[in-house]
Amino acid sequence: MSNKVIHAFYTDDDVLMDAVKKVKSENHHIEEVFCPFPVHGLDKAMGLAPTRLAITAFMYGVLGLCFSIWMTKYMMIQDWPQDIGGKPSFNWWSNMLAFVPILFELTVFFAAHLMVITFYMRSRIWPFKDAENPDPRTTDDHFLMEIPVHNNEEELTALLKESGAVEINIVEKH
Amino acid sequence: MSSHYEAPIREPLILGKKSYHDITEDIAKPIEGKANKNWYIAFYIALAAMLWGFGCIFYTVGTGIGTWGLNKNIQWAWDITNFVWWVGIGHAGTLISAVLLLFRQKWRMAINRSAEAMTIFAVFQAGLFPIIHMGRPWDGYWVLPTPNQYGSLWVNFNSPLLWDVFAISTYLSVSLVFWWTGLLPDFAMIRDRAVKPFQKKIYSLLSFGWSGRAKDWQRFEEVSLVLAGLATPLVLSVHTIVSMDFATSINPGWHSTIFPPYFVAGAIFSGFAMVQTLLGIMRKVTNLENYITRLHIEYMNIVIILTGGIVAIAYASEFFIAWYTASPYENYTYLSVGAATGPYAWAFYSLIFFNILTPQLLWFKKVRTSFIWSFIISIAINIGMWFERFDIIAIVLSKGHLPSTWWRFEPTFVDVGIFIGTIGFFFVLFLLYARTFPVIAQAEVKTILKSSGESYKKLRDGNHE
Repeated sequence: MSNKVIHAFYTDDDVLMDAVKKVKSENHHIEEVFCPFPVHGLDKAMGLAPTRLAITAFMYGVLGLCFSIWMTKYMMIQDWPQDIGGKPSFNWWSNMLAFVPILFELTVFFAAHLMVITFYMRSRIWPFKDAENPDPRTTDDHFLMEIPVHNNEEELTALLKESGAVEINIVEKH
Repeated sequence: MSSHYEAPIREPLILGKKSYHDITEDIAKPIEGKANKNWYIAFYIALAAMLWGFGCIFYTVGTGIGTWGLNKNIQWAWDITNFVWWVGIGHAGTLISAVLLLFRQKWRMAINRSAEAMTIFAVFQAGLFPIIHMGRPWDGYWVLPTPNQYGSLWVNFNSPLLWDVFAISTYLSVSLVFWWTGLLPDFAMIRDRAVKPFQKKIYSLLSFGWSGRAKDWQRFEEVSLVLAGLATPLVLSVHTIVSMDFATSINPGWHSTIFPPYFVAGAIFSGFAMVQTLLGIMRKVTNLENYITRLHIEYMNIVIILTGGIVAIAYASEFFIAWYTASPYENYTYLSVGAATGPYAWAFYSLIFFNILTPQLLWFKKVRTSFIWSFIISIAINIGMWFERFDIIAIVLSKGHLPSTWWRFEPTFVDVGIFIGTIGFFFVLFLLYARTFPVIAQAEVKTILKSSGESYKKLRDGNHE
């Protein structure tokens, strides 16, 4: 089984978008596109599923809210109730107004941090991780489209050349 | 391309004839080049100020808070003034990166990175003051919800001071991850250009192995949007809670329902002034005049007029209400006839001059599009906003309910030293940042090149000037 892939380089986002649409319409599988900056609509053109990170952020926020409710209730009402400035400490609900800032801050804290951690884990980025872009120019001004080859090199090369690729390499992927 | 269309009436945000690669080169240049003499002069001055401040902090911690000018009436003065001042400065960074992102303002892209850096460095300075004021900073962790050793007495969640702990730590940490996530693609750009092995290693570590896959970018944009949505109410909550440190007390002059919105507007006002101060210098030093343009300066000045106007109206209403209540106690609040004629009249008039009168010059287009005037006015606002906090604290506390306790505050050299030290520390961090970090979010700027770049706009709209 060969692990050959084609690396096609583009230098313009609009040309890249048209090329992606063209390659997709010819029913080839695009393994990956590396970009120096976000290209609007590229994910849709490639057929990527929408990300669900916003949904996770909502769930993490709910978790943070629940945690802060439990924390304020346990510490201020159950474990050591105190009379502070005459604020009611008999039950959580009556004292809740004074806890609103804490509830809000912890909701944001959980939602923001856990979402970012989820993003880092899902995209496999963390300290000491080695970069995986095949060419250093893809963080500067080049876009790289990676397409797996199944004995159709000539056909693909011709197609990519026609779509405006400035450089086409066939490489062995490890 | 129609997808890059932008109304011809909008002025370009990127000047000159730039390609994507030119943007890379321009942003990487300050990092890859050598620092000039001015940078070193500024750095050593800031470093000296910082070390002097650290000396004063050690003296305070070693000897006690008695080294400050505090007395039994004015129990907090410069420390809380500086704390609120620095937190306020921090607010512009989040406003630019989060609120302007939600409003899809493209001009934020050239300045958001530095504004966020300013936020983080300013909140560092702010955080120092409450910790030093504790007197025993090694017990600082007592503000965290941990049980103490005498039984499980917990922290007091009814107290605005504890709300502050939660607000500031959430604000600092969320701003930090927001900033760093945005930095990843730009660190990756520096990493992929680096020729020196050590530099490559460092930027490789900082970039977390960012590769720029289409899926990563999709997530990146979603995360940025959600973080902006979370940071927007967060930034409003932080200064609201800071204002509640005062507003929930029963001191006349502090016990005021106008405080939260007025503090938030004041924070954004002072923060934009500080961004203006920093960028006015940085665009010259780093040769980024094509990215941080006259238009950016003008837009920021417009925000300054708006928020300054809110602050001015709040002052007017405070002054009016103090007079209208006819209460003798209200007559000694920081905005009252008593303050304007009393021993702190100089502080009162400094506030009015720097914070209300000076910014009105920005109504003139000539002034608000001038770099030098913007710079001078931004310095004036920085001073004015410091006086606002000083007035609120020192004037109000100097005259309490009991006339026999009336006293004034005089700072000692330690008060002054610590304040100067934080300014030095701030500039040390900012100068190091300007030499080692990509100071403009280049990946984002590249996305607006075709819509807002001068040469592209000309090509699209024809050559009418």
